[in-house]
Amino acid sequence: MPASEFQATQQTSWMSRNKLAITPWVFLIPALIFFAIYVVIPIFQSITLSFYEWNGLYDADGNSTATWVGLENYKKLWTDPKFWVSLKNNVLWLFLFMLAVPLGLFIALFLNQTVPGMRFYKSMFFFPFVISQVVVGLIFGWFYNPDFGVVGSLWKLAFCEETTNILGNVTFKCSRTPPDILSSSEYATYGIIAAGLWPQIAYCMILYLTGLNNVAADQIEAGRLDGAKGWKMLWYVVLPQLRPATFIAVVVTVIGALRSFDMIAIMTQGGPYGSTNVLSYYMFETAISEYGERYGYGSSIATVLFIIMLFFISYFLWRMYQDEKGGR
Amino acid sequence: MIRHTKTLLAGVAAAAFMVTGALAGDLRINFDDLNPGPKKGFEDMVEMFKAENPDINVIVNINDREAHKTAIRNFLTADAPDITSWYPGNRMAPFVDAGLFEPVDDVWAENGFNEDLAAIKPTMSRDGKIWGVPYSYYQWGIYYRKDIFDLLKIEEPTTWAELMASCKVMNDNGVKPFTIGTKFLWTAAGVFDYINLRTNGYDVHNDLTAGKIKYTDPRIKQTFINWKQMIDECGFVDNHASMSWQDALAPFANGDAAMYVMGNFAVSGMKDAGLTNDQIDYFQFPEITEGLPRAEEAPADAFFIPTNAKNKEDAKKFLAFVGRADVQTKLNETIGQLPVNSKAKVGDDKFIQEGFATVSTAAGLAQFYDRDAPAAMAKAGMEGFQKFMLDPSTLDEVLAELDRVQEEVYK
Repeated sequence: MPASEFQATQQTSWMSRNKLAITPWVFLIPALIFFAIYVVIPIFQSITLSFYEWNGLYDADGNSTATWVGLENYKKLWTDPKFWVSLKNNVLWLFLFMLAVPLGLFIALFLNQTVPGMRFYKSMFFFPFVISQVVVGLIFGWFYNPDFGVVGSLWKLAFCEETTNILGNVTFKCSRTPPDILSSSEYATYGIIAAGLWPQIAYCMILYLTGLNNVAADQIEAGRLDGAKGWKMLWYVVLPQLRPATFIAVVVTVIGALRSFDMIAIMTQGGPYGSTNVLSYYMFETAISEYGERYGYGSSIATVLFIIMLFFISYFLWRMYQDEKGGR
Repeated sequence: MIRHTKTLLAGVAAAAFMVTGALAGDLRINFDDLNPGPKKGFEDMVEMFKAENPDINVIVNINDREAHKTAIRNFLTADAPDITSWYPGNRMAPFVDAGLFEPVDDVWAENGFNEDLAAIKPTMSRDGKIWGVPYSYYQWGIYYRKDIFDLLKIEEPTTWAELMASCKVMNDNGVKPFTIGTKFLWTAAGVFDYINLRTNGYDVHNDLTAGKIKYTDPRIKQTFINWKQMIDECGFVDNHASMSWQDALAPFANGDAAMYVMGNFAVSGMKDAGLTNDQIDYFQFPEITEGLPRAEEAPADAFFIPTNAKNKEDAKKFLAFVGRADVQTKLNETIGQLPVNSKAKVGDDKFIQEGFATVSTAAGLAQFYDRDAPAAMAKAGMEGFQKFMLDPSTLDEVLAELDRVQEEVYK
């Protein structure tokens, strides 16, 4: 009896001694398990798959029909013009999407005043972020439509006249054909990025609005006493205090640009003839879509995208780590 | 203890008996069309089969077409039904190659399908074996506004020159000759297939989709040159790259465009758009190379037996049933398509009758570019067609790129 009693006290004391070290892990375990199953393991699986050629089928006994091809998929990528088009579009997305940060900032500055009904205006500006990307894509797709969209209707006002056709039905004769933005290999990507910017600006705006709430009033006051106003006030007093908000805005925008997928899927399906593909959509197209079924090749595209993302993400994590160290 | 074992054994035996008893009579069928017509046709057919085979318990699972395309990749391995619908040609190739379909040569031999379904036999075959039984197909061709043709006093053209001449009349009168919506690419493939079949014939179509002919081959180039003539002298509606095939019905219904190279399924869309049988009609895609045997585009739908099916015996009974002339007559009357069995009768719809006349007298039946060519090639090819249609000056660039893809796909 005394022995087990002794053991019990031993146990509780071990638990209590290590409580601080153990508790976080206990809380982390469920999340870690799911993170491993749904994120970490699939990453390694798809990297492995990128060295195989596989049409996604198993034979009747459930064995995979994949064959090992080594670096063949990556060699193919190098000579695949569609891959380079996708990569180029990814870079375009990255640069143009960055516009969301300054634009979001200016809308936030503009909305950061005390006017009756301001909450309403703010929520209106925030609205596009609440709508699903799919819906945004659909709306912009209609917006650009040369036949019945806003673009087409305005064009008709300017360059077309209403006549009747051979059967007496109403039709339009245009002196110049209306621009077909989403079907032009030159403009389609810009059209989609513009659609993508709409919710992204709203997102950056809300980040800056919360940031502006925390701008110290006494520093503004002090700046004003020293004669700072307008751009100088913004640049030297307000912006430095918004650094955390800027950082987060840049991070979400970079990630948003790299994983642009839904808009492209809805608005052009990568078309016309693949000119609006980005890596994520091209990966989907080659691996999973009806005309794809090349899982190995798709995985190699995914791996390239992963490496690009990894580059940004590790930089962001490193920055965050540095900030935290500095903060302590 | 002994008594306990005995009851246990008896229980196991009874359970086993019940399981096998249930299995022997179960026939699970996965069908892939939820549209009212095909769904009803299929269900009626199953009822007929049940009436003839009261001992077989048919379990039907009808799925949406697109969902089926994804699901079949899993269920063939994991949880195979006894019968599944799928497409012949290259679309069945990955499954055949992975050993997921059961050859059904015996069903064909025993039921005289080698004669009755002869037209479709080449596309149902791979590696010298036959893999399924087709139940329906439909014709492609040129659907046109008869009222506009009458107004302009144009006859149905039968040769390329006549087509060009009628296009000129239409263009002079402010009617766009052709409507098309190439947003989802495959519609352009239909036009390409027809010009190619008429320029070079059935064998060249098959050799091209089988990767035996390069796209830069002078014969294929001639196809594109003819296509360019069609774009220049006839012309397609503007903005076709941002329209689906349904969107492209709008200018057709409004009378802005007069012709549509399409499959017979478009007729119901045209009728939904308010057109009547008097306003629309059909003619075969006109002849280009004189004297070339006429081949047609006629994609078929078929039933297959998965290798992992549990009840292959009844599955083969069902396939034999599906191929029968009377069954195909009834089924296709409901779904408004053509029966594959040459002894079957066709419905009295004028498009079905014209289609039957077209298809049953054809020298060869192509499935469709995207069913005859492997997926990766089909995708690249159709993108190339769209690019060419938007800007015919890119022809050489497009053909060179298609050659590169071809080399990669068919190695």
